[in-house]
Amino acid sequence: MSLYILPKERLPGFVDNLRAGFRVVGPVRTETGYAFADIRSADELVLEYPTTILPPKKYLLPQRETLFTFRTGKAEDGAQQIEVEPVFQDVQPTVIFGVHTCDMHGIVLYDKVFSQGYKDEHYCARREQTYIIGIECLRPCDDASFCKDMGTLTAPPVYDLHMTAVDDNYLIDTGTEKGERLLLANVEAHLATTDDIRRLSQTLSAKWPHFRHRLKMTKDQIPSLMAINYGSHIWDTLGERCLACGSCTNVCPTCFCFDVQDEMALNMEEGERARMWDSCQLREFALVAGGHNFRASKASRVRHRMMRKGKYIQQVHGITGCTGCGRCQRACLVDITIPGTLNALYDEMQIDLSSATGA
Amino acid sequence: MFEMASNLTTTTTPRAVNGHSSIYLPTIAQVVDVQTETAFEKVYTVRLPGGQNLGHRPGQFVMVSIPGVGEAPISVMSSPSRTFDTFKLCIRNAGDLTSVIHNTILPGDYIGIRGPFGRGFPLEVFKGKDVLVAPGGLGMAPARSLIDEILDNREEYGRLIVLYGAKNPSEILFRDELRAWRQRDDIELFVTVDRPDESWVGHIGVITRLFPRVQINPFKTIAVTIGPPVMYRFVVMELLGKGLTPDQIWMSFERRMKCGVGKCGHCQVNHRYSCQDGPAWTYAEALAFEEAL
Repeated sequence: MSLYILPKERLPGFVDNLRAGFRVVGPVRTETGYAFADIRSADELVLEYPTTILPPKKYLLPQRETLFTFRTGKAEDGAQQIEVEPVFQDVQPTVIFGVHTCDMHGIVLYDKVFSQGYKDEHYCARREQTYIIGIECLRPCDDASFCKDMGTLTAPPVYDLHMTAVDDNYLIDTGTEKGERLLLANVEAHLATTDDIRRLSQTLSAKWPHFRHRLKMTKDQIPSLMAINYGSHIWDTLGERCLACGSCTNVCPTCFCFDVQDEMALNMEEGERARMWDSCQLREFALVAGGHNFRASKASRVRHRMMRKGKYIQQVHGITGCTGCGRCQRACLVDITIPGTLNALYDEMQIDLSSATGA
Repeated sequence: MFEMASNLTTTTTPRAVNGHSSIYLPTIAQVVDVQTETAFEKVYTVRLPGGQNLGHRPGQFVMVSIPGVGEAPISVMSSPSRTFDTFKLCIRNAGDLTSVIHNTILPGDYIGIRGPFGRGFPLEVFKGKDVLVAPGGLGMAPARSLIDEILDNREEYGRLIVLYGAKNPSEILFRDELRAWRQRDDIELFVTVDRPDESWVGHIGVITRLFPRVQINPFKTIAVTIGPPVMYRFVVMELLGKGLTPDQIWMSFERRMKCGVGKCGHCQVNHRYSCQDGPAWTYAEALAFEEAL
């Protein structure tokens, strides 16, 4: 696997060729912002985009997904009977084009969650037929993102192809053999020369000063910061502000929790069981039959989300639970932000330390 | 430390579609018997296809479903020692699914089963020890699995002490078994009710009132408590007061569960998933989680 160079003018041809054999999705401009959508013609695809409303997770874990269909009925002796048939939805060769590095980190987590332990083949079947084509971020999306802090401003090894715009060309790294085959079968690309690679290196190293730090601590300090501050009063303050709308979890590339619901057809004999995105910010999330709610207060639910992003996912999966994409900040109606929360916790620690030392 | 249950394949009959099978697809099992236990609880005897053994351990649960209504976690009541071609579930009429089960499921009907799931009680750790079981309310159902398992392998364990608390006499589960246990000299049984009626002649008060009545050897006792969340901190205080250490105290954490396989996120206790890492935990483990108690 190698680095290839593709003149930008050949990109539309590449996309159109892919469309002949794949469902191609990528960022497009919409009335309300950029969004991943089906690419119907190559000129719809926008590779220099700030960020999308939703991450591409919607193609890997659809907002609503049928798990199986069922048919119920009565046998001749009157006994109730049940037939079930699994459904594997949206399993088709798909290319997700133009994925930012932060969102690729989200996909790394998804792959771990759904393939480890009990293998979720609804996810894995779809994932196995999905190609990821990343795009290197050379400018910050906006002030909400903090990818540089979270270490997600470089591409993780989850891409099949990864493109970096260098002058009039894309330098394309092949992350997998199937990615390399996809490239070479669908466009005329040449191996990058040493000159091309030198210009790629210059482009990559030149991008860093454009991104600023927003966190007062390093990413490796965050799990400890969260552990120490489980009992912080800040959760109560945030809980009073939070509307418990669940917008933050909907747009989050590392949120994967789901609800499961049955839906019955009008004939009351057939139906399906489906899963849909759920949110730990909603009151019912940890409510059990009998009425006990393990996270009844909004403060406890805000804390749970922040703990997952800053600590729990790291503990379970060994990778950061927040990609620094900034979507939850953009979506929040009451301006609850991850950097704001982490920095407030950090500032409190400094106050506590200075008062402890009498300074 | 303990084996995680992953014996999914023993009970599901995954029908593959293009080579894929689903961890969410229930096995269709037949209810072969229904017994009314109290005004709120019924015991369902369930038979998997071909009379396949459930292959569970005490403390594990199954996901029970009725297509069109939903799915919920239910502890297995029968002990492995009494599970052959059928197993038993004691189901309280408490929620959307369980009310439909109570109102519509009759012998001969079919329900969906997935599992067994979760980490059960580690019997290999319990063996050779005195076992104190302290169930409250419906916690007696999963406790039955453990108690019967010990009774059926009686020589492998030391003393068996059961301290059982119920709200009122009419909610006491398994009255026939309790009567039979009273006749045995190898099980020490104490039952209390919070709110007695005129007929009640036994102990009165919450479950912690029973603890002063028994003496245990703190060096060789394992305690297991299963009940509503509010009960645990008081029972744990009693057990610590008897000199047990946190890792000698086991408890079961029920949580909302939508998948049973560590994905959906509902049952999380801090970073752990009760459906996988639990529902049985030691108090020592629970101490590490702010959300546990």
